[in-house]
Amino acid sequence: MCGIVGLLLKKPELRSDLGRMMVPMLVGMTERGPDSAGMAVYGAPAADGSLKFSLYSGAGRFDWAALEAAARQVLAGVALEAIANHAVLETSEPVARVKAWLRSSFPELSLLAVGRAIDLYKDVGAPAEIAARYDFARLSGTHLVGHTRMATESAVTPAHAHPFTAGEDFCLVHNGSLSNPGSVRRRLQLQGIPFDTDNDTEAACRFIEYRMREGDDLQAALRHGFDELDGFYTFLMGTRDELAIVRDAFSCKPAIVAETDDYVAISSEFRSLARLPGIRHASLFEPKPEEIYVWRA
Amino acid sequence: MAGVVAFDLASVRLREVNRFLHRDAPGNGTRRVTIANPDGAHSIAVGVNAPIAIDIDGHAGYYAGGMNQHAEITIRGNAGPGVAEGMCSGRVHVTGFASVAAGAAGHGGLLVVDGDASLRCGISMKGIDIVVGGSVGDYSAFMAQAGRLVVCGDAGDALGDSLYEAVIYVRGNVKSLGADAHEEPMTDADCAALGGLLAQAGFTHDPRGWKRVASMRSLYHWNADANQEY
Repeated sequence: MCGIVGLLLKKPELRSDLGRMMVPMLVGMTERGPDSAGMAVYGAPAADGSLKFSLYSGAGRFDWAALEAAARQVLAGVALEAIANHAVLETSEPVARVKAWLRSSFPELSLLAVGRAIDLYKDVGAPAEIAARYDFARLSGTHLVGHTRMATESAVTPAHAHPFTAGEDFCLVHNGSLSNPGSVRRRLQLQGIPFDTDNDTEAACRFIEYRMREGDDLQAALRHGFDELDGFYTFLMGTRDELAIVRDAFSCKPAIVAETDDYVAISSEFRSLARLPGIRHASLFEPKPEEIYVWRA
Repeated sequence: MAGVVAFDLASVRLREVNRFLHRDAPGNGTRRVTIANPDGAHSIAVGVNAPIAIDIDGHAGYYAGGMNQHAEITIRGNAGPGVAEGMCSGRVHVTGFASVAAGAAGHGGLLVVDGDASLRCGISMKGIDIVVGGSVGDYSAFMAQAGRLVVCGDAGDALGDSLYEAVIYVRGNVKSLGADAHEEPMTDADCAALGGLLAQAGFTHDPRGWKRVASMRSLYHWNADANQEY
């Protein structure tokens, strides 16, 4: 069991409320996912020609000021915003060079996400603790993808927590379990695509991103997913300007969508939407099996 | 009003409400219980065994009204998965839509869903009657053993797969029938039964011209020559 939450704001003036609206949604899914939680927020984009790198330092204290000082020595256009053991590093340096520098200078850091707009947080613990640890209520942006995890098929670690990311500005969370992640992973590895974990969701995430790099748009990539990914799933995904959900043919894993003039809110269950403003007048529906729903930010 | 007890789940724990319904309400003169702010909570009014009216004012989560006996439960909103699962008698009425497995494995009573019901509506039903004002999703009435499923809208894929003796009435289109399910002519007795169910559920459709779906009974006995092809 796991919980998924997604929120997309339709009006620019609401963007500063994104985090405040989301926290009760995430905490409302604690019973479905008490082990770990994660949140990908599509916020203010990096400066032209720059990218944002979401970094995680693991347990214990990390000297982010020292990292920022070191980055300024070797990378161009550096800005860094740190909270607890997460930080978002912005730089205009090419991705490969940033990754190589991080690997050689700070091998203890995990790189959680890369993109123009995405900031990503994930950690182990109860959703309310994680929301407080990283002050999720302060987050602003156009849309977000969140997850609360009850692990069933791989370890409880920050790396195994969702969202998973691949490429730039793409993330995916999953409620369910895949039955063929090994064969999907082996086929992608033959294409030279590296994996960070043994988690089934990572295989789905990298498969969808691989299809988009091959020229599919998100809808075409998801149609390929219906053919290639076997198992139970509700997938919620974010791209730089889209929020999307699909469910497998049997739709054992729940999902409900609430839409108003102000927002599109998605969750595993209505109880995590019940605190949203205007929810009593929202239009509610459950996504149908193997139908693709995409909203543009 | 005498015999009316109001609960608000914004301030009272669900466990207290269900304890009242189980222990206190039977025999103490309670005729009606209202439950405000359900907000998608699970297992509201599960296992009630008393002839009382229960009004749930809002959306309910998993298993609302499950295992009901005798109570008349109204959900003024949508119901989560497994509404009225295992119901034995009484009535559960959902004014919005119902999620998956509505009325699953029910032995008796009447489940009415004014809107649509999702996948697997009436799966393994054992005597319950279900009337859905809208459409039902795929695999509805899978392995249904007894009782009647009435669909005023359309039915999805694999309707009535591996049916036993339950009967399905559909007003609209059937996307596909499941293994061993087939359409049969509507008899006068069917029209009378369907008319009665529609009236009980508060729908005014004419019972003539519907489809009756029932079991071909070809799966009742093992066929070694079928080569696993059904």
